Amino acid sequence: MTVRIPDTNPLAMPSLSAAPALALHDVSKRYGRRWALARLTYALPAGRSLLLTGHNGSGKTTLLRLVATALGPTAGKVEVLGHDAVQERDTVRREVGLLSHASFLYEDLTAQQNLVVLARLLGHPSPGDVADTLLTRVGLGRRSDNAVRGFSAGMRKRLAIARLLLKAPRIALLDEPFGELDPAGIHDMEGIIAELKASGVTVVLATHLVEQGLTLCEERLHLQDGRAVAA
Amino acid sequence: MNRPAPIGLLRATLALLRKDLLIEWRTRARLNAIVFFALATLLMFSFALGPDTRLLEKNAGGYFWLAILFASVLALGESFRVESENACMDGVRLAPADARAIYLSKALGNALLLVALGTLLLPVMVALYGVKVVTGFVDLGCVLLLGSLALSAPGTVYAAISSNARARDVLLPLLLFPLVIPALLSAAKATTLVLQGDPMNQLNSWLGLLLGFNLIYWGVGFLLFPRIIED
Repeated sequence: MTVRIPDTNPLAMPSLSAAPALALHDVSKRYGRRWALARLTYALPAGRSLLLTGHNGSGKTTLLRLVATALGPTAGKVEVLGHDAVQERDTVRREVGLLSHASFLYEDLTAQQNLVVLARLLGHPSPGDVADTLLTRVGLGRRSDNAVRGFSAGMRKRLAIARLLLKAPRIALLDEPFGELDPAGIHDMEGIIAELKASGVTVVLATHLVEQGLTLCEERLHLQDGRAVAA
Repeated sequence: MNRPAPIGLLRATLALLRKDLLIEWRTRARLNAIVFFALATLLMFSFALGPDTRLLEKNAGGYFWLAILFASVLALGESFRVESENACMDGVRLAPADARAIYLSKALGNALLLVALGTLLLPVMVALYGVKVVTGFVDLGCVLLLGSLALSAPGTVYAAISSNARARDVLLPLLLFPLVIPALLSAAKATTLVLQGDPMNQLNSWLGLLLGFNLIYWGVGFLLFPRIIED
C-alpha cells in the first residue's frame, strides 16, 4: 500500500560543524488516519539543547517517543548521535533517557526498589548504593522505602527524573518536566537540567512553559499539526 | 555518573525475574487470586459429579489440570497488567532490556507460580477426590513442572499479545485454550498414571510429549517475543 504523506515546508537545517545529536529526515508518524508528524526534517547540533513547543496534539510527545525508540516512524529516518533509531535501536536506547508523561514506575515497589531494578538491568555493581545516592539528589531520600502507590504526582516526577539520571544518558528527552511539580520542585528540576547541560548532555525539552524553556535551551522547534513552523 | 557495561541475556533475565517475584511477594495478589479460584474449581467439579468417588478418582488428573489451566489465565493476564500500569513495559524496553530476557523472565515467573499452585492444590485434591500418589512424588513433580512450563510458554506470548486489546480477558483464553490441548492432554494422562499406577510404562511417553511441546513453544516464544513487544 502506498502511504501518501501530507506536504509540508520543513524548516531549514542549521549548519552543522559536528555530527548532529539528533537528525530527522522527512520523518512522519501516523496513528490510524491521523498524521501526528508529517515529513519533519530537522537537525540538532551536538552540545545544543532544543526547546520543543506547540499546542496539545501538535506532535511533541510523538517526536520524543520516536527519538527514544518507543515508537517507530511510519516514514523517514531518525538518527541519534549518528545511529539509525530503527536499525540500531539498542545502541540508541543506551544513549537516550526519556522523562515521559508515563512514569515507568512499578506502583507496588518502593522508590528504592524501582531504581534498583533499573540499576541491575544497566549492570551497576552496587545498585542499592547508586539508588540511594540518586534518591537523596532528587529529594526523596527519606521516602526511599515507601511504595510508589502512595506517592503524590510531584514525588513520582522526582522519582522519574532519578530514573532518567540513573541511565546517565547522552541525550535527555524531557516531556513536560515541570508539570505536577511545586515551586521548589520546579527550581530543583531547573537545577538538574542545568547540571545535565553542563555535563555535556543534549537536552530536548517539551513544555508549554515557553519562557522557562527558552532560558534553558539554545534552539527552538515549534510544531503545529505535526509540522515544523516558525514560532 | 559512570555507565557500566551492558549485561547479558542471563543476567537480564534474572534481574527481571527477581523484580517480578518481588512484586508478587509484596502484593501476593496473583497467588491469592489463583489459589482460591483453583480451589473453587476443584470443589465445583466434585459437587457437579456428586458423591461418585470412583468417577472423581478416575478423572482426578484431568480436573487437577483444568483447575490449573483456568487459574493460569488469571495469572498470565495479571503478569502483564503490572507492566501496562505507568507504561512500565516501555521503561523496561527502553532501559534497554533484551526482549528475549523479558520473555524468559515472564514465562519462568508464570511457570513458578503454576508450580506453586499445583503444589498447594495437591493435598486438596487428595482429600477431595480420595486419590493416592502411586508411582511417587518425583514423577508427580516432573509432571507438574513440565505441565506448568508448557502452559506458561505459549501463555506468556498470548498474554503479551492480548495485554493491549480491549477484550483481553476474553481474548487470552480464546487464543490459549486450543493451543494447549496437547499439553493439557499429556499432563492429565501423566497425572492419572501417577495417581493410579503405570503398569504399561506409559508415563515416560507422556512426559516426552510434554517435553517436546515445551521445546517447541519455548523456542517459538523466545524467537517471536521481540517482534510482539516491539511491533
